[in-house]
Amino acid sequence: MTASSTSIWAFEIWGFEVGVPLQQVLIQTVNGIVTGMILALVASGLTLIFGIMDVVNFAHGELFMLGAYVGVLTMAATGNFWLALIAATIAIALLGAVIYLTTLRPLLGRDPLTTILATFGISLVLQNYALWQFGPVARKIAEPITGHFTLFYLQYPWYRVVIALISAAIIGGLWLFLKFGTWGIWIRATTQDRVMAQAMGIPVPSVLTTVFAIGAAMAGASGVLFGPLTAVDSSMGVDWILKVFIVVVVGGMGSLAGSIAAALMISLLEAYASLWVSPAQAVIVSFVVLILTLLFRPTGLFAATGR
Amino acid sequence: MSRRPSLVYWTGFAVILALLIVAPLVLPEFWRRFVTEILIWGLLAMSSDILIGYTGMVSFGQSAFFGLGMYGAAAALLSVAPPNLWLALVYGLAGAAAAAGFVAYFSTRLRDIYFAITTLIFSQIFYVIIFTWTAVTGGENGLTFDRPALAVPGLFSIRFTATTLHWFVLAMVAGSYLVLRRITQSPFGMVLQSIRENEARTRAIGYPVERYKIVAVMLSGLFAGLAGVLYALQNEFAAPDFVFFLVSGEAVIFNVIGGVGTLVGPIVGAAFFLLLREGLSRFFTEFYLIPLGAIFVAMVIFMPQGLLGFMRRWLNQ
Repeated sequence: MTASSTSIWAFEIWGFEVGVPLQQVLIQTVNGIVTGMILALVASGLTLIFGIMDVVNFAHGELFMLGAYVGVLTMAATGNFWLALIAATIAIALLGAVIYLTTLRPLLGRDPLTTILATFGISLVLQNYALWQFGPVARKIAEPITGHFTLFYLQYPWYRVVIALISAAIIGGLWLFLKFGTWGIWIRATTQDRVMAQAMGIPVPSVLTTVFAIGAAMAGASGVLFGPLTAVDSSMGVDWILKVFIVVVVGGMGSLAGSIAAALMISLLEAYASLWVSPAQAVIVSFVVLILTLLFRPTGLFAATGR
Repeated sequence: MSRRPSLVYWTGFAVILALLIVAPLVLPEFWRRFVTEILIWGLLAMSSDILIGYTGMVSFGQSAFFGLGMYGAAAALLSVAPPNLWLALVYGLAGAAAAAGFVAYFSTRLRDIYFAITTLIFSQIFYVIIFTWTAVTGGENGLTFDRPALAVPGLFSIRFTATTLHWFVLAMVAGSYLVLRRITQSPFGMVLQSIRENEARTRAIGYPVERYKIVAVMLSGLFAGLAGVLYALQNEFAAPDFVFFLVSGEAVIFNVIGGVGTLVGPIVGAAFFLLLREGLSRFFTEFYLIPLGAIFVAMVIFMPQGLLGFMRRWLNQ
């Protein structure tokens, strides 16, 4: 961030003169909301899978990473970003369905802890597969929208704003689907009572496969959306899964709204913190939030019910 | 449960111990190092078994304790002259215990998967701190140091050779095994196992479950820290890679492969994993985790008892 701020909002705390660079704070607010929306998109996929089938998907970060790679490959073949977004969403949804059918369905009814172990194994396989297939050199995804607008002293890319809007649209679409779609209603029925849902004629096995595929698809889509902002490499999933886990614990696991709120809150705090410290150290802010949450509200800040 | 362990069990223990004592004298250099390494990773896996196998809590935070043990040993060897082996041990264990106390205080508020996830995040906190605090920890490059002499003040002082180092590690690991075995069979260990079986009922009987869990995590952290000190002594370095949560993940894998709740199983699991890695890396080079991960997933699904699971009752007699 080039620090050439003109207006400084100065005030006093405990006798110390504190200067807050107002424009930078506003810019970081926009940045925080943009990353927060992507984080919310990844986290809501994880929360959806957890809330509905008690599966903690350790491989979620890897699905995000593979989504970005499918995006890279499709971009190389067609040059069309929106095609890449659709291709990645479909490919990762299919991969999710395959993972569910081969490894998670046999674990149905066992301790939820075994699903962590199984998906951890899958994440190792996928991560090393990506390293083997694509090599250690990071790839880039070109931005589909190259326009900028002026935000104070910065030329802010429109694309970032568009990502936040697309993420919000996908999450909104998911909410509408769960609320009004036939399959959405079946999914909620299965969450409430699996046996009763089965007895009412809801195809529970297909519902569970679909849920996993939808969660995976959301991770894949966010991989492509986030691709242009960063370098695509095989370890990007690991960084994200940790962030997403923090978000999900702070938000209250299984609560969709909680995850979204926590994602925005943590991203904003990290963005503000990086005004004063390096981005690597700004991560510590999210750790502090986590510790405080565990200390005062172990069930999560936004969880409606205890666990 | 019979109070008197069978003769067969102790004969088996003595035979395996004797084989491990003789091993460095007959094995070539590469395999000697390999066996020492298996013992160290086996100790880490065993420390994690107290939580996974006996208390029913899956910890993804062992790497923090292991790493703090490594860095504690490094601190003692670099800051105190002349370097002292026992001081390295004390510093390492103190570091691991401090980390374990911190993690235990917060993470035992949560159960099951929430515990697993929070321990994972906590180990990541330590990783970030160690990785970014370059002035003290050497950052990405870590710290290197020289191995101290094996000395008892006033008695003797000899330089470590590969063989004596192996014996030192073996003594530590065998001692830890006996201590852990005793702990798991003590009334304290019984309470841990009852927490695993039915936490609500254990609380209803009147046991302070949270306090037991905190002690269990700290105990597990101490032994993981010991493994870290031994690993630092063997390799003469401390690096942030060993604080990264993938190391904790490997400890969990050792447990599941070997069979949780057996103490011996995790060591066997570590041996199996490392041998498999050695064999597979000839064909897959550094991508050995692709087949190993697949084998692990298959074992979680088809063989949740692990390799030694069928001997569980007998090993815990």
